[in-house]
Amino acid sequence: MKAPAFEYLRPTSVTEAIALLGQHPEAKLIAGGQSLLASLNLRLSQPSHLIDIGRLPELRGIAVKNGVLRIGALTRHAETMAAPEIATHAPLLKAAIHHVAHAAIRTRGTIGGSLANADPAAELPACILALDATLIIAGPHGERREAAADFFTGLFGTTLAPDEILAAIEVPLAAANAVHGFQELTRRSGDYAIVGLAAQGLRGANGLSALRLAWFSIGSKATLTPHAAAALLGPAPSLERAAAALAEELEPHDDLQANVATRLTLARVLLRRVAGPLLTPSGIAA
Amino acid sequence: MSLSPVDLPNSYIGRAMPRPNLARLTQGRGEYVSDLSLPRMLHVVFLRSPYAHAEIASIDSSEAAKMPGVARIVTGRELAEICSPWVGVLSHLKGLKSAPQHALAVDRARWQGEPVVAILARSRAEAEDAAERIYVDYTELPPAVDAFAAATPGAVPIHADLGDNIAFERTLDAGDVEAAAAASDHVIAQRFVFGRHTGVTLEARSIVADWNRAAQRLTVHVGSQAPHMMQNIIAKHLAIEEHQVRVLTHDVGGSFGIKVHVYAEDMAVSALAKLMGRPVKFFADRLESFVSDIHARDHVVDGRIGVTRDGRITFFEIDDITGIGPYSVYPRTSAVEANQVVNLVGGNYAVPNYRARARVVFQNKTPTSQYRAVGHPIACSVTEGLVDLAAKAIGMDPVEFRRRNLYADDAYPCTAASGIRFEGLSHHASLDKLLAMMDLPKLRADQAAARVRGVHRGIGLASFIEITNPGPAFYGVGGARISSQDGAAVKLDATGCVTVQSSITEQGQGSAAIIAQVTASAIGVPIERVRVILGDTDNTPYGGGTWASRGAGIGGEAAFQAGRALRDNLLTVAAAILQSTPEHLDIRQGVVVDAADGRARLELSELARIAYFRPDTLPRDMQTELMATRHYVPRDYAFAFTNGIQASYLEVDTETGFIRLLNHWVVEDCGQPINPLLVDEQVRGGVVQGLGAALFEQCRYDDQGQMINANMADYLVPMAGEMPDIAVGHVITPTAESAIGAKGAGEAGTAGAAACVANAVNDALSPFGVVITEIPLTPEVVLQALGRV
Repeated sequence: MKAPAFEYLRPTSVTEAIALLGQHPEAKLIAGGQSLLASLNLRLSQPSHLIDIGRLPELRGIAVKNGVLRIGALTRHAETMAAPEIATHAPLLKAAIHHVAHAAIRTRGTIGGSLANADPAAELPACILALDATLIIAGPHGERREAAADFFTGLFGTTLAPDEILAAIEVPLAAANAVHGFQELTRRSGDYAIVGLAAQGLRGANGLSALRLAWFSIGSKATLTPHAAAALLGPAPSLERAAAALAEELEPHDDLQANVATRLTLARVLLRRVAGPLLTPSGIAA
Repeated sequence: MSLSPVDLPNSYIGRAMPRPNLARLTQGRGEYVSDLSLPRMLHVVFLRSPYAHAEIASIDSSEAAKMPGVARIVTGRELAEICSPWVGVLSHLKGLKSAPQHALAVDRARWQGEPVVAILARSRAEAEDAAERIYVDYTELPPAVDAFAAATPGAVPIHADLGDNIAFERTLDAGDVEAAAAASDHVIAQRFVFGRHTGVTLEARSIVADWNRAAQRLTVHVGSQAPHMMQNIIAKHLAIEEHQVRVLTHDVGGSFGIKVHVYAEDMAVSALAKLMGRPVKFFADRLESFVSDIHARDHVVDGRIGVTRDGRITFFEIDDITGIGPYSVYPRTSAVEANQVVNLVGGNYAVPNYRARARVVFQNKTPTSQYRAVGHPIACSVTEGLVDLAAKAIGMDPVEFRRRNLYADDAYPCTAASGIRFEGLSHHASLDKLLAMMDLPKLRADQAAARVRGVHRGIGLASFIEITNPGPAFYGVGGARISSQDGAAVKLDATGCVTVQSSITEQGQGSAAIIAQVTASAIGVPIERVRVILGDTDNTPYGGGTWASRGAGIGGEAAFQAGRALRDNLLTVAAAILQSTPEHLDIRQGVVVDAADGRARLELSELARIAYFRPDTLPRDMQTELMATRHYVPRDYAFAFTNGIQASYLEVDTETGFIRLLNHWVVEDCGQPINPLLVDEQVRGGVVQGLGAALFEQCRYDDQGQMINANMADYLVPMAGEMPDIAVGHVITPTAESAIGAKGAGEAGTAGAAACVANAVNDALSPFGVVITEIPLTPEVVLQALGRV
C-alpha cells in the first residue's frame, strides 16, 4: 500500500514546530518515523501534514548537568546504545536498548518518538518508569515537566497535548549502589516482547530499597507494580509474595502471542529471573 | 562414452562454484517484474472482500471514477465478459470437484481477500485513494471456517451446485491392517495437527501485461515458475491463440511454489490489459499477499501404528482432513497435498499394511495449494511421530527401531504399500552418515548433564522420502496442459561462446547456474563462455518450468543432451577442417584437441568463423549445425524419489515454553549433485522453511474467517537469529534414467525439519510424560501441554 497524500513541513525551531501544530490540528510530528511510516503505509493513519522535527538542534544531545542525565528527544537508539554517559549513569537503558527492534530501526528511531508513541509493547516507556525519569515537554506556553509515572495514560496514550512536543527526558544519575535488571520474552530477536520487565533499585546492607518494577507488553501501557516491588524490599524479601502481587497489579491482555493466563505465568517467570539476581550481592540481571 | 559425464576432464558437474548471475543480483542489477515500468502503464489495485462469505448486492464506484488519475473501474460481471472462468480439477484425482472461479468475484465473495473490483489508475497511490471511495453493499453470509464442520453431512455447501463441501476424498487399503493390528503387541493412536501457513517470498507476486492492438499480441511479464503454463492458460481464458501470448518471467525474488499457480489477479491483469489496450501492472503488497497468495498445510491427521515387542512395525493408518478454501486452485488443484500425504506416509519403511483416508474440504478461507515439499512435512511428521511413539512403547532406542524397519539399501527397486515405486534409495547409509555427523553418544551425554541442571534438551530424528523429477503423472495425465518435459537449445556463436535457452526457470535457487554448468560440461567450454536464457516463451523451448524439484534433473538433463548433440556437430565440422575424424578429437575448455594427447588443434572461435563466414571452404556436402535442441522427460519412473534423514537438537524452557534450536543436521541423497554449494543452500533454505512451520509460521483465523495476523509483524517468518547451524551431508545414489544422474534437491530440507523438531521436543519433555503433536510449537502450546497455563 502507498501512504495517503500529506503536506510536508520542516520547521527550523521548536517554537515554529509548536506553532505549526497549533495551525494544523490533523498534523503529525515525524522524527525517526519508525512507527509512523509503517502506519502511513498501512493507511492506518492519514495526517493532513507531517511536521518534520528531525533536524531541530534543540531536541538533540545527551548531557550530564545538575546531577541529572538529560537525553534529547531526538537521540536515536543507536546513539543511546553508544553513549558513555548512558552506560555510566543509566545502565538499565544501555541494557535495554539493544532489545529495541533491529539495527536499521535503531539507527533511525528516537527515544522521544518511542515515548510519545507510548506503544505498550515498547521497551523504553517501561525503562523510564523504572528509572523514575522526568519528561520535559515544550508547548505554546513554555516548558512543563512531568514524572514518567504520570505521562502514560493508556494504549498509545500520553498527557501530551496536540500542540506539545516531547523535548527531552531527565534521568536521575544511577547511584553507586544501584542495581538493575532487564529481560523480555520474544519469540524472535527484535520482535515486540510477549512480556518484558525493566527493574532498578538500590541495594544496601538491609537488602533492596527504592525498587521499581516496570512492565511492558502486558496490559494497555507500561506499568509499575509497587506492591510486587515492596515484597522484595528489606532484609526478608519474598519472590513468592511478589509473584502473587502481580495478579492484582497487572492487567494482562489477550493477543495473538499469548492469552491472559500465559502472560501472567510468563510475567511471574520474568519476575524471578530479573528480580531474583537483584536480591543476591553480586547480582545484576540483564 | 567411457567416462561418466561427471568424470569428464573438464566437467563442472559436481563442482561447488558461484552462480553466474550472482554479481548482477547482488549489485542491485536484477530486473524484476516489480521494477518494470512501461510507457502509458496503468496500475491496478484490487478492492477485496472484507468478509469471508458475502453476497455482493451492489457496487457503487461513481465517486471513485471521478478521482484524480483513475482510468477505469471494472467489476467482476464486466470482466467475466472478456475472461472466462476456470475450474481447478484433474481427472486422475477421481471425484475431485470445484466450482467455476472468476477473475473478480461475481455476485458472491467466498474468502476474505478475494478480489471484487479492479481500479485502474496512473499510480498505485491514486488507485488506492479511489478504492477508498468504492461502496460495495455486501450481505454477510455465515462462513464455513472449520474443516470438520464444513465436512459434516448436512453442512451448508459453499457452492450449492456441488451438493456438499467435500472437494475430494481418497481411500487406500493395502495389505491387511486389521490382521496386522491383531498381531501387534502395541497399537498407538495419535492426532497430529498442522497449522495453515504460506510461503512468504521476498518479492511479492507481480505482473505487467501489455496488449498490442496492432500486433494482436499480449506480452505478459510475470514472476512465474511456469511461463508456458501461463501462456496456455491466459490464451485459453481470453479466447486467443497461444502464439498471441508471450510470457517473460525476468528475475524472480523467490517462489517456493507460491508462483506456480494461476491467480485471479494474473487473469484479471491480462484481461484488463486487453480491455484497455495499455500496459497494466499489479504488484501485490504484503497485506494482500497474505490473503491472496496460496496457503498450504492446514491438516489434521489421526494416525495409528502397530508394533511388535521385537521392534517390527506392523501397519500404518491415517485419516487426514484438510481445509482448502472455497476453490480448488487452478490448474494444479488443491487436492495434491492430501493425495501426497496418502502416498507418502510410511513410505520409508518396509511395511505392507497401510490404510488411509484423506478428505479435502471447501471452506471460506484463502485457497491452499502446492507449496514447497507438498504434503511431505505432513507425511513425515505423522510417520516419524508415530515411529518415535512406537519405539517408546516397546522401550527401544529410536535409532535402532528405525534400523529395523527402514527399507534396506539393497531392497531396490521396490514398491511401497501406497504403490509408489523406488528406483534406489539409501536410508541406512544416510542414517549412518547422520549419526557420524551428529556424534549421538556425545549429545546424549550432554543431554543427561543438562537434565541434572534442570535444563531440558531433546534429540529428534526424522527419516524422509521426497518426490522429485515428476513426469506427466502429476498433471499431464489429469488433463492439465502443464508440460512434464523440458527442453534446451544450445548455440555456438561466432566468437566461440555458447548460448543456452532452457525451458526451466530461476527464482533464486540457481537454475541458471546448473544449466550453465551442465552445458559447459557437455560441450567442453569454459563456463564463462556460457550464457543462459530462461523464462521467455518466445525464446526458450517448450517446457514445464521449475517446480517439484525438477529443474536440475529434467531441465539439466535436456541441457546436457543438447550440449552433447552440439559437441557432436562441432566435432564433425572440426574433423573436416582438421582432416581428422570426430573420434580422434575432443573439446576441452573451448578448444578442439587431439583426444589422445590433449594437443590443441582448433579454437572453437576459429571453427565458428569458418562455419559462419567461410562455409565455402568446407566440403560441398557439409551443412554445419552449430545449434542443437534436445528435450527430456523421465520415462521409467513416475518420480525420482530421493531420501534422507534429519536430526534436531534443541532446548525447551519448561517455564516459558520457549524452544531454542541448538543444532540441525541433514543427510540427503539427491543423486548426482550438479553444484554442491547450491544443493547445500537449497537444503538449508528448505530446513529453515520447515523450522518456520515447526515453531513460528501460521495463518491464524477467527471464527468469522478473518485472517487476524496478515502482516509481517504478526505472521512470524523464521529469522536468522533463531536458526541453528545446519550441517548438511550427502549420500549419492544417481538415477540411472538420465546421463547426469541428478534428482531434485529443492524440497528435501522442508520435508523433514518440522518432524525432527517435534520429536526432539517430545524427547526433551519425556520426563514430564508429555507428547505434543501440533505445530507450530508456540510457547503457549508447550505451556498448555505441560499444564502450566
